[in-house]
Amino acid sequence: MKLLNQSVKYLSASLLIIIGAWTVIIYFSLLDEIKESIDEGLENSKRQIIYNLKSDSTVLKKYSFAEGNFSIREISQPEALSFKDLYIDSMIYMQDADDKEMELESVRMLVTAFESNGSYFELSIVNSMVEEDDFIEELFIKAIWLYLVLIAGIIIINNFVLQRLWKPFYDLLNQLKNYRIGKSIQVPAIKTNTKEFADLQQAVNTLIRHNLETFSQQKQFIGNASHELQTPLAIATTKLELLLEKGELENEQAKKISEVLNILERMVRLNKSLLLLTKIENKQFSGDQPVHINQVVKQTINELDDITEFRNVQIALTETVRLEVRIDNSLADIMVSNLVRNAIFHNIPGGKVHIEILKDRIRICNSGKDIPLDEEKIFTRFYKPDDGQSGSGLGLAIVKAICGFYGFSVSYQFENNLHCFDLRFS
Amino acid sequence: MKILIVEDEKELLDAIEDSLSRDHFITESAGDYHTAIEKISVYQYDCILLDIMLPGGSGLQVLNYLKTSGKSENVIIISAKDSLDDKLQGLKLGADDYLTKPFHIAELNARVKALLRRKKMDGKNTLEITNAVLDLDERQFQVNGVNVPLNRKEFEVLKYFLLNKNRLVTKAAIAEHVWGDNIDQADNFDFIYYQVKNLRKKLQVSGAAIEIEAVYGIGYKLIEK
Repeated sequence: MKLLNQSVKYLSASLLIIIGAWTVIIYFSLLDEIKESIDEGLENSKRQIIYNLKSDSTVLKKYSFAEGNFSIREISQPEALSFKDLYIDSMIYMQDADDKEMELESVRMLVTAFESNGSYFELSIVNSMVEEDDFIEELFIKAIWLYLVLIAGIIIINNFVLQRLWKPFYDLLNQLKNYRIGKSIQVPAIKTNTKEFADLQQAVNTLIRHNLETFSQQKQFIGNASHELQTPLAIATTKLELLLEKGELENEQAKKISEVLNILERMVRLNKSLLLLTKIENKQFSGDQPVHINQVVKQTINELDDITEFRNVQIALTETVRLEVRIDNSLADIMVSNLVRNAIFHNIPGGKVHIEILKDRIRICNSGKDIPLDEEKIFTRFYKPDDGQSGSGLGLAIVKAICGFYGFSVSYQFENNLHCFDLRFS
Repeated sequence: MKILIVEDEKELLDAIEDSLSRDHFITESAGDYHTAIEKISVYQYDCILLDIMLPGGSGLQVLNYLKTSGKSENVIIISAKDSLDDKLQGLKLGADDYLTKPFHIAELNARVKALLRRKKMDGKNTLEITNAVLDLDERQFQVNGVNVPLNRKEFEVLKYFLLNKNRLVTKAAIAEHVWGDNIDQADNFDFIYYQVKNLRKKLQVSGAAIEIEAVYGIGYKLIEK
């Protein structure tokens, strides 16, 4: 939910409560005011009636409200003496100007007692009251209108004013969304006078700079470390090779040295792969040119024919199109060769490799184990399935890095007991 | 044949000297930029092995010096940096070859010999041992004047062996030389055994006076019978 809508949400909820409570309070205080003023009027009527009695005693026979707004009833003396003025809300049948027939109307009634010529009387005076349900309805409708107008106002203010106020924030956010450490050249920048946004921008930029530093240090470290290893590895390899060459060794000793040499050889290859990865990531390849992928594939197959034969694997190539891609030549070689080598090495004796060249991709499928590989892991560095092959675990990581560099994609599927790799050049 | 090795890493220098002296090259060494310049300006060498990163200067500066002072020594750059820029720059400055560390002794050996032979070409570009002749231009192999057909890989393997006559060539070195640098999975080099087996058979059948013998299971050595 957007920030603007969030604020509207909270404002509308709290406004609902505030206006609701406010309406209730207004209702009761208005009702009080009205009753007070009616009560005053009733008091006045009472005096008027009692005063009129002195001149017109027929009024004393008026027992019902039928012709006026009061009724009189004779009561006993003790009753009268203990009487106190009583204001009550009541309902009686009345006919207002706008009513067709008698209706039960709410009234305010004053009940009091008085003495006239030694007799005691009870006097009830009524005055019509505001009708409470009408009053509530009216008030409720007004409150809803107020609420709606307020919400509409808030939305408009939000959209026109707040959106303008928050603009630098959204600008920064959009720039950050598109920002990639190590890829984007410019750090996000916004124009703002708002202190919070300026602070935010500064904090973000500090963080980015710090990350960039770490990123490049890390990249440099892998590169430097692999690089520095080259010379010691060269020394160790050459010394052992020379030692073996001299031929003054017992067979057993020579065997041990051979083993060490093989291990060193593995280190050398690992190191070379790491250097290659670093070079790809550092964008040290830039000899992009149109490369004829069919040619690269055929050449790779040709170069690997001894290994293919030795492994007793059949390679089939299907070319549906002539595929040309802009890429560095050596990287194209590495990518295709790594995938084809994998297909040959992780195969079964008598197995097959099927390479298809399609419109925008190549697909390499090979027989192998009957269990699918872990699609999540195979492209990560140093992942090795335990099938007894001892590759560096970097072959696919290199393919993935090259894809990342050019915006290609590589994916894996297990179909019909075949392990398939799709290399998409788009 | 006199070779100057310009390399600041003492241990590697020793190993290279050791290896080259086995092929009866006379070696001299320089551990830094100034010694290198000094030796180059005084003596004449058939080949210079040149490291790029040197105390006191760069190997590229040495190349520049050679160029400006009109010397035409054969130079092989040996660098820990597998950088295309360096390579191109080095070759532009007159280097003949570029070898990345770490390398196999056999590879260095083959490069030095190939370079020296190329420069001393007397009309024919062949490798000859006793009754066997490998013609590098025609890509033909003849024993006692009779053509022995070799496939592309066999030819490369034999050439590598001939350049490393009497020297140990490890399977890893062959794999890297013939099948390329980015071999990743080939931890077991069994397929090389088959390649060599075929080659041996052809040598035997054709009656060549050379043979390839296995050395401790890690590699091979080509010797005269």
